[in-house]
Amino acid sequence: MTPDASSSALLEVEDLKTHFPILAGIFRRQVGIVKAVDGISFTLKRGETLGLVGESGCGKSTAGRTILRLQDATAGRVRLDGEDLLALEGEALRRVRPRMQMVFQDPHASLNPRMTVSSIVSEPLDEHNLLAGAERQERVEQLLESVGLDPTFSNRYPHEFSGGQRQRIGIARALALNPDFIVCDEPIAALDVSIQAQVVNLLEDLQEQRTLTYLFISHDLGMIRHIANRVAVMYLGRIVELAPRDVLYASPLHPYTQALLSAVPIPDPKVEATRSHIVLRGDLPSPANPPLGCNFSTRCPVATSICREAEPEWRETEPGRFVACHHVTVGNGARGPDLQPPVGAATGTDGASPSVPTA
Amino acid sequence: MFRYAVRRLIFAVPTLLVISFIIFALLDLAPSDPTAQLPLTIPEEVREMIKLSLGLGEPFHIRYVRWLEQFLVNEPLNLIETYWDVRIGDSEQRLRVRSWSTRAPVIDLIAERLPQTLMVVGVSYMVAILIAVPIGVVSAYRQYSIFDQVGTFISMVGFSVPTFFTGTVLIVIFSVMLGWLPSIYDTTHVVEDFDSFIVQVKQMIMPVMVLGLFNAAQLSRFMRSSMLDNLNQEYVRTARAKGMTEPVVVLIHVLRNSMIPVITVIALGLPATFAGAIITEQIFRINGVGQLLIGAIESADIPTVQTVTFIFAILIVMFNLVADLLYGMLDPRIRYD
Repeated sequence: MTPDASSSALLEVEDLKTHFPILAGIFRRQVGIVKAVDGISFTLKRGETLGLVGESGCGKSTAGRTILRLQDATAGRVRLDGEDLLALEGEALRRVRPRMQMVFQDPHASLNPRMTVSSIVSEPLDEHNLLAGAERQERVEQLLESVGLDPTFSNRYPHEFSGGQRQRIGIARALALNPDFIVCDEPIAALDVSIQAQVVNLLEDLQEQRTLTYLFISHDLGMIRHIANRVAVMYLGRIVELAPRDVLYASPLHPYTQALLSAVPIPDPKVEATRSHIVLRGDLPSPANPPLGCNFSTRCPVATSICREAEPEWRETEPGRFVACHHVTVGNGARGPDLQPPVGAATGTDGASPSVPTA
Repeated sequence: MFRYAVRRLIFAVPTLLVISFIIFALLDLAPSDPTAQLPLTIPEEVREMIKLSLGLGEPFHIRYVRWLEQFLVNEPLNLIETYWDVRIGDSEQRLRVRSWSTRAPVIDLIAERLPQTLMVVGVSYMVAILIAVPIGVVSAYRQYSIFDQVGTFISMVGFSVPTFFTGTVLIVIFSVMLGWLPSIYDTTHVVEDFDSFIVQVKQMIMPVMVLGLFNAAQLSRFMRSSMLDNLNQEYVRTARAKGMTEPVVVLIHVLRNSMIPVITVIALGLPATFAGAIITEQIFRINGVGQLLIGAIESADIPTVQTVTFIFAILIVMFNLVADLLYGMLDPRIRYD
């Protein structure tokens, strides 16, 4: 599942912005703007998984939806195999939809309650004139089987399934069109812990079989560590740090990443008892009124005057490693501001998170 | 579902008995006198004899049980006899529910008037649905657009302006000033060729539009809010992600789910179609069921009022059941077992 380093980028996101106007008053005039996604950039190679983490309301889901054009972007560029998705409209956009799909967070709400599983999965095949008749039915059954569902259930309605089964239906639906790229928008957040592992393992197996590329959105750092090759950390509409997984977990550069990782519990009471956590004070500032300078400056334990005045630059500290912070030194062996010993060190860097049970 | 329907029907029997008793008691308590409209020259003793001949000499409970017997036993038997042309028992002596003012059996009166009511009120209801559903869909899809704002305003006006006002305004404009449409609905008119069909359409336009717009105002609001509920659901995003075209997303995914509550509202409103529209029928002189009822109330024709009201009660109870069953059929999440 390690992507070939030489393979070209499948998806390129460049300075993507999604702003929502705030309308108020009788005439619904625009009185403000919510910068849900405010200039994010990254690339995804074929077969790779990029984990996108961040706290609630930081814009991760909006970013995922905007990339798939389920939400209109304000500015920026999204290229899938070199084709600019943001420039496509109507029929042309509909034609590229099969190549990019989404697994939604809430498996209860994301399936049409009045359609049977079979019609939910087969509808896009029909719409895009891919298969018809018996062939289509065969494909539906094959898809259900590949996500571990009994194909004889295909004539049942979504409400007759459990949460984990419904998420499998959602995955089968996303796979129906043979996409290259799937945005997994917190696909496990609504599921039981025991079911989470099953679904994540299923996603990994499918990735291996079909060379899928994932943008895996989650706030579960343990899960991201398990599934992602690279991790992007988002804060208030911006990516603050982007690095290969092992490096990021071993030595986070950005103070926010450090704080996030220190909040992940380590399943060893002896270690956990001696650890100190970085506790961030205050709330996430409103994305309608972000602070001047660095977005994180209001809560950053090491913020200085420059942080409140100038926006930190998005810099590559070492190849493949990006960070936006004034206090990170550039060059080989880049170092973040010294908050406390990096957290990942305590559990080793074998990559497999101990918090993920294997099913 | 069948078992559920049967159980509901069985439970409906005591409900309807209680309703019939309440109607009867209310009518009996009301200070009305069936002889009040007779000429004043008729002496008091004669009036008493008339009342006795109408059965008013009997105590309340006897009269109630008699009515029940006439309505629940004699009338159905009579229906069977006339429908299959048979004789069951002593049908000459069997008493039917008779109107005090016309002395005709009430069921026959209703049967005479029901076609007019169904024609006008039924068509107006269909017109209402045909207007309301598209307006509701577009208003929701383009929420806060000019179309939506205008639609909201018109439906607010349509809902708050009473039919006796809109009806009269339409008559003044189209019958008096322009002279395009007749102000009176001629129930004796027979449709036999294209010209007479046009006449029928012309005389139906105004009453149908008055009632239709009134109902559409309400229904389109329902449709709009139900569509809005569904448009923001995740499954709509799923449908878009699948690459469905917008018409498929809106008309198949969203509309089908939004119709569930709207259809039950429509089903619950259907009994009103049979009950007629008392005011509109009065304005356009349609001698339908509504007019029969209002006439009977004016002349203290208690058997007619009692029977017509009770038939409405039966229809309302039945259509409540129909609405619940429809819900079960349309929404796979609901099962009655």
